[in-house]
Amino acid sequence: MNHPAHADFESMLRLALHPVDPPESLKTRVESTLVELTDAAVDELEAWEIGAMSDPRNWVRPVIAGAVGVSAGTALVVLRVRTERKKRAQASRNPLDLLGRTVRAAAGEARKIARRG
Amino acid sequence: MDPPDKSRLNADFSDLYRAHLRDVYSYAYYRVGNHHDAEDLTEQTFLQAYRHFERAQAESEGRPLRPWLIRIAHNLAANLYRDRSRRPQTPIDDTTDLRTMHTTEDLVEGRDELSRIIAAIKDLPEERREALIMRFALGMDNREIARAMGKTDGATKVLLHRAIKQLEGLVTAQ
Repeated sequence: MNHPAHADFESMLRLALHPVDPPESLKTRVESTLVELTDAAVDELEAWEIGAMSDPRNWVRPVIAGAVGVSAGTALVVLRVRTERKKRAQASRNPLDLLGRTVRAAAGEARKIARRG
Repeated sequence: MDPPDKSRLNADFSDLYRAHLRDVYSYAYYRVGNHHDAEDLTEQTFLQAYRHFERAQAESEGRPLRPWLIRIAHNLAANLYRDRSRRPQTPIDDTTDLRTMHTTEDLVEGRDELSRIIAAIKDLPEERREALIMRFALGMDNREIARAMGKTDGATKVLLHRAIKQLEGLVTAQ
């Protein structure tokens, strides 16, 4: 058993380090960001699909469509692809090259998720 | 993974977020010392957690994920300080919260001591300060703290004991 003085000190410590409620604005901010991630995933994949139809590399489309048919999957792909966006931008020679790299990265991530599924 | 499982993953993450937003924010606030950075740190923690949630959930084998979340916040805070090449000037900058939290007669009597405790906490070594935040602000038990800090249960018990003793000494010496 704790010494009474020691227990008192712990009680004071518990009062001093009280839990801090997050501001409402933070809750809204975090929730909006998480929702945006999912929405952005859907938008980007739709854009990729349209692009793939007029692109010779349209073999990518069925892979993506098959692997990312639901929002959680799409969000995961986009999150991973976005993480590497800066590296691809630095490595690409022009916007078309960047687009190609992005599509290839998305297809790669989609395949990884599909294999794990 | 089947689509229903992915939907469940999102729902589980939503539950995790709702259950531990206050924990992460409290940890961030006491760790970085101001509300502005605490908000950024909290947001980044949940974004990072979302990215790795699937794997973390699979590897947790049913254990609570709060230590994992706090460990993410800890790593991000460490990066924040490394990037800024500085330590927080005032680990707890807003004593308004403290004053407004303790307005009953009992607490008024102890307000001086609370202020001295708050002041002394910033003089503790980082690891001891963190352990105290997890125990007293978040109410984590030894096992959870051990997981969050990557230590054994025994080492965590010793760490907490020493942190409390050192803090008592600092408060007494003031």
